[in-house]
Amino acid sequence: MKPPPFAYFAPRSLDEAVKLIDEHQDDGKLLSGGQSFVPVLSLRLASPATIIDLNRVEGLGGASEMPDGGLRVRGLTRHREIELSPLVARLNPLLTGTMPHVAHVQIRNRGTTGGSCSHADPAAEMPAIALTCDADFVLTSVTGERVVPAGEFFQGVFTTALEANEILTEIRYPAWPKGRRWGFEEMARRRGDFAIVGSAVLVDFDEAGRCGAAKITIFGAGDIPLRIAEAEEMLVAKGLTPETMREAGRITSAAIEPRDDLHASADYRRDVSAVMVRRALEQTASPLRTGVAA
Amino acid sequence: MNVSTRHEITLTVNGKTETRTVESRTTAADFLRDDLRLTGTHLGCEHGVCGACTIIVGEASMRSCLMFAVQLDGTTITTVEGLAQNGKMTVLQESFREHHALQCGFCTAGFLTTATAFLKETPDPTADEVREALSGNICRCTGYIPIVEAVLDAARTIKAAKG
Repeated sequence: MKPPPFAYFAPRSLDEAVKLIDEHQDDGKLLSGGQSFVPVLSLRLASPATIIDLNRVEGLGGASEMPDGGLRVRGLTRHREIELSPLVARLNPLLTGTMPHVAHVQIRNRGTTGGSCSHADPAAEMPAIALTCDADFVLTSVTGERVVPAGEFFQGVFTTALEANEILTEIRYPAWPKGRRWGFEEMARRRGDFAIVGSAVLVDFDEAGRCGAAKITIFGAGDIPLRIAEAEEMLVAKGLTPETMREAGRITSAAIEPRDDLHASADYRRDVSAVMVRRALEQTASPLRTGVAA
Repeated sequence: MNVSTRHEITLTVNGKTETRTVESRTTAADFLRDDLRLTGTHLGCEHGVCGACTIIVGEASMRSCLMFAVQLDGTTITTVEGLAQNGKMTVLQESFREHHALQCGFCTAGFLTTATAFLKETPDPTADEVREALSGNICRCTGYIPIVEAVLDAARTIKAAKG
């Protein structure tokens, strides 16, 4: 399998990169880690005339702490860097805990967080985590920056709010409150494969140990990762018990519209979704699943 | 052909500096095999699933079918041909032979490069850590058990040699 021919540019600065993608927005594509995009080219699912490689752009990678205690992850940050970063582990343990589920080490060494989110595979972990954390996406073009919340960024299968001339330059994860715990569960046929379905959850416990807020995301169960607001509200109203955790799973099953495909039937996905949500919520019982405020 | 589809690259491969002109669409794997005639790097699936084409870029294992040759400009890479020094196999390679960690050998280059990078990062791994590290490489012959044993044994041997 050989990719189709293309003109190749490797800009050194963001300024240069946004000018190039603006100029080539009709027939050009951005290349980041390429762990999904190179197969797309090799399988000839896409044949862009021009490819703009972001890998040599200065300052487009790395994670840092924001003044308000939030976590800023630049678009070109490799999955592996996030996995091993003590800063990320301190500021957003959900992100760290999810990383071993993202493909395999060789892929994580090259693949980028911005690339994964821009690609927007319905079964990918990074979009689900960004949605669970209410992260903000910073999109940069020749006209400047705009900020899009995760809830508006993912629009469909492989479809995001990115315009053809924009680059996802940064993802901002809000500060991790005291008393927050996380859970993550996914079901895949083989280690490192895309999930058939998975769930990420955050539960904010108040000082009395009550559930003050909950965030529940299901992914692989529809075109985009989904937050299940009804289950979140139910947990705040009733608290976390074995019964309400099961109920959150049932609510999720009823709220999603999964599809049949080669890997699993829609009915199977619906059933497994309930289990994923319940198990992810059960993990929040462990004091190991706390963050900075532990 | 458009001028910007051909690029000159210079990189260090197994300790040797190479300069070549490559087409932008040429993958790193095809460049190694066809241009440099380093055919130890095998191509199985050519879309990032099987791990046979794994090479070491800097210190990190990566799939050479998921990178373009032009992206290797300025890098230092190691392929399976670069593991043995002066005709002497590495501890890991010897361990693969001893434990029968290969049969047809098609996947072996990918396992060796992946495990070489892994052992540098994790010199004293558990069996579970080895399995996790090798989970991105597919072998259809061995059933994996001898491969995991070979990596664990190599780790022990390297550790013992260091005292």
